[in-house]
Amino acid sequence: MGQQVLNGIFLGSIYALFAVGYTLVFGVLDILNLAHQAVFMLAAFVALALVADAHLSLWVALPLAVVAGGLIGIVLERLAFRPLRGRADSNISGLISSLAMATVFEAIALQIFGPDISRFPQDTFPDRVIQIGGATASLLQICIVAISVVLMAVLTLLLARTRLGRQIRAVAESPRAARILGVNVDRAIAMAFFLSSALGGAAGVLFGLAFNSISPDVGRGVELKGLAVIILGGMGSIPGAVIAGFALGVIEVFTVAQLGSSFRDVVSFAVLFLVLIARPRGLLGRAAAREA
Amino acid sequence: MTLALAGVSRAFGGVRAVDDATFTVGDGEVHGLIGPNGAGKTTLLNLISGLLRPTAGKIELDGRRIDGLPPNRIAALGVARTYQNIRLFGGLSAVDNVVVGEHLHRHAPFWRHLLLLPSARAEERTARTEADAELARVGMRERASTRAFNLSYGEQRRVEIARALAAHPKLVLLDEPTAGMNPNEAAAVARLVRDVTKQGRAVLLIEHNVRLVMQLCDRITVLNFGKVIAKGTPTEVGKDPTVIAAYLGEGA
Amino acid sequence: MDLFLAYQSLLAFVGINGLLALSVYATLSCGQLSLANAGFMAIGAYTGALITLHAKGVPFVAVLAASALAPAIVAVPLGLPVLRLRGVFLAIATVGFGEVVRLAFVNWDYTNGAMGLVAIPQRTKLWTIALSLALTLFVLGRLRGSRTGYALEAIREDETAARTMGIYTTGHKMAMLVLGAAIAGLAGGLEAHFTFMVAPGTYRFERVVEWLVQAVVGGTAAFYGPVVGAAFLTVLPEVLREAGARLGLAPGPFRLFLNGAILLAVILYLPNGLVSLPARFRRRAAGLA
Repeated sequence: MGQQVLNGIFLGSIYALFAVGYTLVFGVLDILNLAHQAVFMLAAFVALALVADAHLSLWVALPLAVVAGGLIGIVLERLAFRPLRGRADSNISGLISSLAMATVFEAIALQIFGPDISRFPQDTFPDRVIQIGGATASLLQICIVAISVVLMAVLTLLLARTRLGRQIRAVAESPRAARILGVNVDRAIAMAFFLSSALGGAAGVLFGLAFNSISPDVGRGVELKGLAVIILGGMGSIPGAVIAGFALGVIEVFTVAQLGSSFRDVVSFAVLFLVLIARPRGLLGRAAAREA
Repeated sequence: MTLALAGVSRAFGGVRAVDDATFTVGDGEVHGLIGPNGAGKTTLLNLISGLLRPTAGKIELDGRRIDGLPPNRIAALGVARTYQNIRLFGGLSAVDNVVVGEHLHRHAPFWRHLLLLPSARAEERTARTEADAELARVGMRERASTRAFNLSYGEQRRVEIARALAAHPKLVLLDEPTAGMNPNEAAAVARLVRDVTKQGRAVLLIEHNVRLVMQLCDRITVLNFGKVIAKGTPTEVGKDPTVIAAYLGEGA
Repeated sequence: MDLFLAYQSLLAFVGINGLLALSVYATLSCGQLSLANAGFMAIGAYTGALITLHAKGVPFVAVLAASALAPAIVAVPLGLPVLRLRGVFLAIATVGFGEVVRLAFVNWDYTNGAMGLVAIPQRTKLWTIALSLALTLFVLGRLRGSRTGYALEAIREDETAARTMGIYTTGHKMAMLVLGAAIAGLAGGLEAHFTFMVAPGTYRFERVVEWLVQAVVGGTAAFYGPVVGAAFLTVLPEVLREAGARLGLAPGPFRLFLNGAILLAVILYLPNGLVSLPARFRRRAAGLA
């Protein structure tokens, strides 16, 4: 049982990291960014290319891939979201334009890396195993959890303590008021996308390492799980996404252990559905809708 | 038709937006609802039209309780309204907006449209003709096919009134119908309100234009901080010291 | 004639996608973004396939009617809790529903789980699809001047104001959800009897997004817009495949890239969809004249 909790935490840390970026953009723009999973995928490939082709150490490749993810996020915002701001139907059109970008990103990955599954080289990460209580954890798993937690903590601190963080939060409350108060709304949104995509990219690299399987469509499976996490946690709430991410990871591991692996995905959707029926704002979401 | 409010209150958290309001509106009456900004007037309209439920008290229409009923049922009982911030259907033309207003008394069931029956065609035509007539009454006939979001503020208000009247309501709730209008337009609206009541309908009117209210209304209820501070004819209310005190600083 | 036969398959899919795009449009027309239709399509497809395979002699019309009816019935208990949700929450809840349906079929042994059912006789002809499409367009078109049609537009524009005009918004939204489900189910039945098989993988969430895109690209202001979009986006990859082959590019990534790029261009620069093009040309011409 302890083993499963451990596995759940490990899986959940990746879900949480992915979801945090997802929910950040939703909190700021009230739009679901369907390209988040594509950035997840691209960053994984960037890390892979840096390690396998450029022969960089993982510890160099990882931050570089994370930054790359952030930069892709800025491009994404500029191309697909900024032109739509102010349009009455911006929710649906934002959905579709982010989807278009996801398709473009996937096409690029397909062209460069081909459709098959790629793996990190054997010696990318030391193959050590540690005993905790009665359970076994690999060094990789522990590092992944640690990195995820650190990144999420950095984001939380950034949002809470820095000027940029305050500006992003102001825009999330009310762009109009933020603008009146002198906040450069465009820049704040661009930075929010940078942070969101950087974290999503980090999740992608960690996922690629964890499951040693990267392909252009790897993001699709995580996308819907990410949705379940942010719904459970409450749309726009970062602490909610963190808690819900870990929770979903643990729930998923336990469900598979009890009911078999064919139920792995069902549980995410069951959770999603139940939350929406019973308590749409999730664990920590705001009850009120966002003002203009 | 009688609208009766008895002890109606509505609290948001600790704040009582409406506090123990009691008054009635009768057949053919133009009833004014005035008071400083934030006094709770629009909240009262929201309570009557069913967008909010009272936290205390009851609202009755012709002796039948309507508080707690969904808005579409209250509308079906004969209550129509306009909105302070104007809620026209922006993408629809002026005449189409009014046709929507006729919803409650359009009766051709959909299957007749499916079977292309002439009665359905005729019904469509009648609906549009009626809508045109309602627009003409507010002087908006020539702008019938203009999209609502392309109309000026005053024009939109008039279309909204036409839309409300298109429902043939027993009671019309008007939320600041002359806001943003010049004196001519406002006078036209006042005449329209008088006409409407000649047909036996009642009008409950929120207005900041106090002179208009004094001239137009049969009776007035004055609100301040959610409470009714005065009721009566315009003359009575105009002389009431608490009303004058409430309006000091508003420049009555 | 040979050309026609060669493109018969393409036309069939244009028709089926057209129906599916219309099924998404049904709920969009009253302002609700429902993405459950892959699930509804699956229910319709499996219902039709099971009847054909296990009850010989049932006329195809009856099979299709059942394909439309089954998801329509399921839509009612789904709609009751879900239509209360606003905007994106409704969309997500319906996605969840669609995925649960798909996963249910994956895990159901009676229908061979992930392998699905095969060897379904090809009872669908091009004319069956055309007729179904025409019928659906007729029904949706007839909504326009009717009391119901006006009510739907009102709900889409401002649901609260619509309610205070006496419109029973919940009922209307439910009706469109059920109608959309029936159309999706019908399309599912048609497709199952055209492609010889049904398998859960066909009814992934990604497909609903395709239909949504087709509806939006075609234009949701007109009831025939989604069909235009479906036609455009079904034919486009084929055209691109030809073009890509001539240019010597790997087909997969190139088509995907252009799909995405064209979609982006349409959503950014032609927000009211392809059906708004004629009006724009007219305005442009009037401006120049």
